[in-house]
Amino acid sequence: MQGRTRNIYLIPYMLWIVLFVVAPIALIMYYSMFNIDGAWSLENYRRFFTPVYLSMTLRSFWYAILITGFALLIAYPTAYLLTKTEHKQLWLMLIILPSWINLLLKVYAFIGILGFYGPINSFLRIIGIGSRQILFTGFSFIFVAVYIFIPYMILPVFNALEELNPSLVDAARDLGASPWATFRRVIFPLTVSGVKAGCRAVFIPALSLFMITRLIAGNRVITLGTAIEQHFLVTQDWGMGSTIAVFLIIAMGLTMIMTENGKLVK
Amino acid sequence: MRKMERLSSIYLVGVFIVLYAPIFYLVYYSFNSAGTMYSFEGFTFDWYREVFCDTRLFIILLNTIVIALLSSAISTVIGVLGALAITRVKTKRFRNALLTLNNVMIVSPDVIIGASFLVLFTMIGINLGFGSVLISHIAFSVPIVVLMVLPNLEEMSPTLIDAAQDLGASRWDVLTRVVIPYISPGIFAGFFMALTYSLDDFAVTFFVTGGGFSTLSVEIYSLARRGISLTINALSTLIFLVTLLLVLGYYIISKQGAKPGKAGVRE
Repeated sequence: MQGRTRNIYLIPYMLWIVLFVVAPIALIMYYSMFNIDGAWSLENYRRFFTPVYLSMTLRSFWYAILITGFALLIAYPTAYLLTKTEHKQLWLMLIILPSWINLLLKVYAFIGILGFYGPINSFLRIIGIGSRQILFTGFSFIFVAVYIFIPYMILPVFNALEELNPSLVDAARDLGASPWATFRRVIFPLTVSGVKAGCRAVFIPALSLFMITRLIAGNRVITLGTAIEQHFLVTQDWGMGSTIAVFLIIAMGLTMIMTENGKLVK
Repeated sequence: MRKMERLSSIYLVGVFIVLYAPIFYLVYYSFNSAGTMYSFEGFTFDWYREVFCDTRLFIILLNTIVIALLSSAISTVIGVLGALAITRVKTKRFRNALLTLNNVMIVSPDVIIGASFLVLFTMIGINLGFGSVLISHIAFSVPIVVLMVLPNLEEMSPTLIDAAQDLGASRWDVLTRVVIPYISPGIFAGFFMALTYSLDDFAVTFFVTGGGFSTLSVEIYSLARRGISLTINALSTLIFLVTLLLVLGYYIISKQGAKPGKAGVRE
């Protein structure tokens, strides 16, 4: 009896897994072994390890690290202060609300804000620095990406802070720990799982976003995502695109393993 | 201590302003008659009129809504079946394997999903367009539905099913009269998440949409690449309002659904 029901439910779901999770990844790996002429070779992998692609990859990682770092730097205090407010669920919802709005629209807004005649440049003119090109630089890319990702970092950190037993903080204070020592030795170690979850939610997309780089950074910043999009949709070199995708998948796997540890310890 | 409190509220308010500023910036300039995103000249509804008169845009909007509703309905069905299947799997290893594969799809970057689906559709020979976009939206919404429904199923006491069976309910009755009503908050949350995933998606659609078919996100992207046009501002104001209503509606309904002791009770 039980066996038959189990099979019935499993059929559509397994079909979905095989078709849309296993097959696409397998196909990407398969395609990565064909060069642009459609011949079987490992040429793409050799090309990936040439300076052009390696420096692109390293720079993409560096940008992702910066974005994750700044997002954490802003999000952690925000989440902490949120837990101290009255009506914190309402405040949290207000913080999360902008993340429901279509990503493209927010990015589009920054084309105006950071533009040559936009408010930021007017402000710079007023305080005497003078207007400068902000759009289409690495800075604008990091700025907009951090803006986009802040809510995704706040949420897991907030949840971790909520789970923290407040009597532990009181105990540390009673035993004479300074606020900084309390934070460093008690609060932060106990909320590391939330930080890890937040970093995972930010780091992988930061490596792979191609729309922000195109709209905000011009072609100044090329992330792994931009490179994949370029190879698939512009130069039609699916083999090389797949090879970069394979490395992005590896990076994703490593990030997941590294951020998973927190849960095991807990 | 006072000073600390004031500092912390300044910090919070600052974060709020930064988070909302771009949205209100867009809304503000959507009424600008000058046609630029700087120097406000005069108040106008012209850009809104343009949005409503543009038949091409209207068709794209319809496409987006049809894709969102269809894909979230179908992915909810598959996702609920998937969650039911996972809870019924007894071997721990198989169960973990299923959950891992489910999560792979959730953490996969959009670019990877988009590129790999493009390869998949070309291999199978599915034409790029409405069909391919719909299939991809269903595919990437399934795992979130599974994750939303699973906790509800796991907290459900097996005695409920035993009791129903003892009272002579058939398996179909157990499913439709006991299990589904019990997990309905999860199903509803899953459907809503699938809806927002679909409405929000840009990258995957961008890869698998052919020349002829477009959704709102893809259209906004191609417009924005050409530079600033206040029609986008007007459009985004409208989208902002709809999003607000959706989230608010979801919040109210989920508050009602969360009331304890009501699961499975027919009124």
